[in-house]
Amino acid sequence: MELSVDRERCVGAGMCVLGVPEVFDQDAEDGRVLVLDAEPPPGRRASVRLAAGVCPAGAITVRE
Amino acid sequence: MHHHTPPPHPEPVTLPVNRTEGCPFDPPAELARLREERPLTRLRYPDGHMGWLATGHSVVREILADRRFSSRQELLHSPIMDLGELPPAMVGDLTGIDAPEHTRYRRLLIGSFTVRRMRALTERVEQITTEHLDAMEREGPTADLVEAYARPVPALMICELLGVPYADRELFQDHAATLLTQSADEQERDTALTALHEYLRNLVLAKHTEPTDDLLSDLTAADLTDEELTGIGSLLLVAGLDTTANMIAHGTFALLSNPDQLAALRADPDLADQAVEELMRYLTIADPGVRAALEDVELDGQLIRAGECVTLSLQAANRDPSRFPDPDTLDLRRKATGHLGFGHGIHQCLGQQLARVEMRVAIPALLARFPSLRLAVAPEDVPMRAATNIYGVERLPVTWAPVTWDEGEADGAQRRP
Ligand code: HEM
Ligand code: SF4
Repeated sequence: MELSVDRERCVGAGMCVLGVPEVFDQDAEDGRVLVLDAEPPPGRRASVRLAAGVCPAGAITVRE
Repeated sequence: MHHHTPPPHPEPVTLPVNRTEGCPFDPPAELARLREERPLTRLRYPDGHMGWLATGHSVVREILADRRFSSRQELLHSPIMDLGELPPAMVGDLTGIDAPEHTRYRRLLIGSFTVRRMRALTERVEQITTEHLDAMEREGPTADLVEAYARPVPALMICELLGVPYADRELFQDHAATLLTQSADEQERDTALTALHEYLRNLVLAKHTEPTDDLLSDLTAADLTDEELTGIGSLLLVAGLDTTANMIAHGTFALLSNPDQLAALRADPDLADQAVEELMRYLTIADPGVRAALEDVELDGQLIRAGECVTLSLQAANRDPSRFPDPDTLDLRRKATGHLGFGHGIHQCLGQQLARVEMRVAIPALLARFPSLRLAVAPEDVPMRAATNIYGVERLPVTWAPVTWDEGEADGAQRRP
């Protein structure tokens, strides 16, 4: 799985952090998304896909 | 690929707003019929504008995420009442502008509303809820839950976060309520907005000279004019005062009306996060949204022309059976993630993580404190708010007196068949 985020698009809603805190965080200063684990283990990939799906700004891209 | 072409256009509809009597939790029944027939249909607006109404989950979500649809206030028409031509949004009002102006404001704010920062407020929310539950207990065993609990808890939180003295609430609470009342006319709205801005403007000036440890003081250091900061402060105050309050009160009403769900939540505190999401979906108190097409857009086999408005029924979308099976049932165990109760797209609620922390603490704490909590009036006698952008109860009379035999009977009779 290839995970990438577009910090220019991110609106800091925090849905990704809420869903998969092991993989996503928000920068303490600017509030925008940070990736903690760009190669999530297989057991976590379904929830990463879900996070990409609910991100309100379309800022998360997942390639299998 | 096969494209499903809807049958020729029926007569345009007007926005259904009347709920079925005795169903305070369900959207107007007409919305479900429209969603089934045509999730994107023509809508006649009260000012004569001919636009659209979106009721299906996928089409509502798609439009909210599509930047060809604008939030600019001067392009919008109200689906509720004839407001004439709308002026551009007030300076600092994030909800009525598009990127890149919106991006600039939003970026200045999101660092202060992250999941982590809001979770760090959990303890403070717990303190405030405990104080209010203590007061209820002292003054009980009956209370209006709105006045005693649901309203003050989020109000105190947003005041502390912004650095607005809670003691001043007489100066802003009523004005904030007026701004969210759909039936308020232009003059009432203007008066309320002017008063609110006046109050915030003075506060912003005070923060310049004597900064305190709060968001408004922090923002005086940002690249914002005083007028912008006044506008942003007003928006945050209004949004923080009247939203979560309604979720706490109306959410409690919903739980008391669904004893099996109430029991499930009492029995399993780990259910609280999911319960909050499901209550957000089920109640969808902030509704509807409106956007205007900036160019011709083809959607669902239909052509939305540049300039036409689309009303987005978040409550219809959140009850769409193609997205949420058995949508009209409150089911705290379902996965409600993906609901549109906080909106979607670049305007998705800025305060959602604060609201989550507040609801997550306040609702379970109330249930834990009063194991015999129940309505003090018949459900049909709970006064519902009418004509506001934020739905909920006007008052929620509750009691936690020991159950007498007579009352036990009455309580049993209140349950849904
Ligand atoms: C459960 C309570 C809440 C609900 C149901 C709710 C709902 C919503 C919805 C549906 C939107 C999107 C509006 C649009 O698309 O134009 C929104 C935006 C917003 N909300 Fe909330 N909200 C809640 C709590 C709060 C709180 C506590 C705050 C306080 C900080 C807040 C601040 C905002 C702001 C500033 C926006 C505008 C964001 C933007 O345009 O970028 N909300 N809210
Ligand atoms: S869900 Fe999307 S918009 Fe929200 S913080 Fe994560 S990446 Fe940013």
